[in-house]
Amino acid sequence: MGVLLVVPIVLPLLAAGACAVFGWRFTAWTGAVAAAGVLGAGVALATRVMSRPRTGLDGFLRADALTAYMLIVIGAVALLAALASPAYLAAERAADHVTDADLRRYGVLGQAFVAAMALAVLASSLGVLWIAVEATTVLTAFLVGFRRTRNATEAAWKYVVICSAGIALAFLGIVLLNFAARHAHVPASGALDWASLAGHAGGLDPGVMRIAVALLVLGFGTKAGLAPMHAWLPDAHSQAPAPVSALMSGVLLSVAFYAVLRVRVIADAALGTGFMRTVLLIVALASLLVAAALLLAQRDYKRLLAYSSIEHMGLLALGTAIGTPLALSAVLLHVLGHGLVKSVAFLASGFVQQAFGSSRVDAVRGLLARGPLVGGCLGAALLALLGFPPFSLFASELGIFRAGFSAGLGWAAGAALALLAAVLAAVAARTGRMLLGAPAPSGPGAVAFPVTVRPAASAAFALLLGLAACAALGVTAWPLQPLLDHAAAVLGGRP
Amino acid sequence: MNESLYVQLLDLACGAFVLAAVLVLWRRDLGAIVRLFAAQGFALAALVVVLGAHDSDAGLVAVGVAVGVLRAVVLPLLLRRALPAGGEARETEPLVNVAASLLVAALLALLAYAVTRPVVALEPSPATHAAPVALTVVLIGFFVLATRRRALAQVVGFLLVDNGITALAFLTTSGVPLVVELGVSLDLLLAVLVLRVLTARMRAAFGGTDLDDLQELRD
Repeated sequence: MGVLLVVPIVLPLLAAGACAVFGWRFTAWTGAVAAAGVLGAGVALATRVMSRPRTGLDGFLRADALTAYMLIVIGAVALLAALASPAYLAAERAADHVTDADLRRYGVLGQAFVAAMALAVLASSLGVLWIAVEATTVLTAFLVGFRRTRNATEAAWKYVVICSAGIALAFLGIVLLNFAARHAHVPASGALDWASLAGHAGGLDPGVMRIAVALLVLGFGTKAGLAPMHAWLPDAHSQAPAPVSALMSGVLLSVAFYAVLRVRVIADAALGTGFMRTVLLIVALASLLVAAALLLAQRDYKRLLAYSSIEHMGLLALGTAIGTPLALSAVLLHVLGHGLVKSVAFLASGFVQQAFGSSRVDAVRGLLARGPLVGGCLGAALLALLGFPPFSLFASELGIFRAGFSAGLGWAAGAALALLAAVLAAVAARTGRMLLGAPAPSGPGAVAFPVTVRPAASAAFALLLGLAACAALGVTAWPLQPLLDHAAAVLGGRP
Repeated sequence: MNESLYVQLLDLACGAFVLAAVLVLWRRDLGAIVRLFAAQGFALAALVVVLGAHDSDAGLVAVGVAVGVLRAVVLPLLLRRALPAGGEARETEPLVNVAASLLVAALLALLAYAVTRPVVALEPSPATHAAPVALTVVLIGFFVLATRRRALAQVVGFLLVDNGITALAFLTTSGVPLVVELGVSLDLLLAVLVLRVLTARMRAAFGGTDLDDLQELRD
């Protein structure tokens, strides 16, 4: 039993070690194998932890339904990114943007990054979760600055400084939580343990807890891309290589948000539901507002996808603020759906960028005519991100808004809907000509020669797989429904 | 240890700790800023050792020594080696001038006292009474981070934040669990190494580390 908890951390680390020893050329596909392993372990755990949580490594790791679900999300998105990586990097190498040493570093850091995310969701202690989240910042810094251009270096600097400073706020929150826990007679060894904190939550001092919870939400919210600490996100997500953007937007944001979800369980038990709801509503509406405002004038399609991530993180925060079982299971479904289609969108946009040599919206025209597969996948992913059926984001957004109106938060849900309408208009206006338009290029920055976009079969498979999975979840979430219900119950404070 | 001596030593260490942070605001010479940071690391280590000696806790004293090695020796050495051989050894005109910065530091100290009132109320011991000092350093660190333009000065700001948080951890509960403390120190070391490499790349790509040059990515 304990083995299943270790596998999701060890497999990617083994893949990273293999890449360090043998180089990228011979280990390009080990990442996909490791990701499939993480996904498999997540599914296997899901069937075993629904009745009761399991622990491993002397209680250092713990898995409940929420953990298993997050492992499935990490494994699924990492699989898509790993399937598309070889084709993407081969093109980067052919264009002499990077060296063989860079490719090796990519393989090692990318896999270690996946292992750190798995550790974050498996850790039984808030402190270890914090370490794992901060480790993702350190590991991805060089992936963001992969191309070593001016822009990439600038994005990497802002990313490390803002995220490290933000996450330091979360650590301040942890210190205060630890202080409050000691006074509530939580044993020193388990003072930061999720289960013992939730068990003793009633005795935590409310005055100290208010400061601690606000700092924890602000700190992990920085890493989750929630306003007002979102400034690093568009830079980092637009400069990173496409598979890394997919991982960062698709899962890293959700892993950071997972920490907020766990904190909420303790906060609600210690402070009542009102405090956390107020904090989350503020960051949710602020994130949606920022995303809508900056999407309206966006001229770069990778930045456009990054702002769309801020919008979706805002929706997650809104659903969590509502906090009914329906809203929470919709939030979890949204995490998976967003992870799948956002990674498809970033991977497709990576191939578009390689073909056109620019990430400016007005440099790309008639994408559907030049590369029907990539264009079609990007278009479908954008429709999914805007909440169109049959994709699962339609179902999960519907769930969040229904829960909002029936929980008496109609004003917040209404405001969010209005902002979503603005997002829809902005994204449609920006990407319409990119996808449809006449294939003849025009305007400044346009490419003067005919461009075709045709990725390798493995990458095409990854794009179609992600879309198909999201559409299937939208039609019926039944294979996941019991797991979703159990995970939502964990989030509702019922183990 | 005699109780009044303990309180005096504790207050002395806390005073040196916050003084170093305030002086960082005052000095513009990057070399001096790194020396002040080392002095602050030493004050933090002394603080932990005093707490350990008071509780007769040998483990805590050892942790204090380790904290001192990392924050008063290793990190300042890393920073010193990131200083350029010639040229930009001084902070350019910061966004907020020195007099105003010192005034802001005083306001941040008031804010820290207001915010930590529930913490002090929960356990009114001499160590917890010093919690506002630690939070003041955290806030000053954020202020340095937000207003300084040299890459190295920003890194010191980030490290001031971290020193403040560590001090708060030891003042309130004699530290977080050891595994967490170790992980935090490792992450901190790695983050500083990453920032050092990025500083070098920035110098290669931009010809300097003036962060005002970081203006290309925006909406």
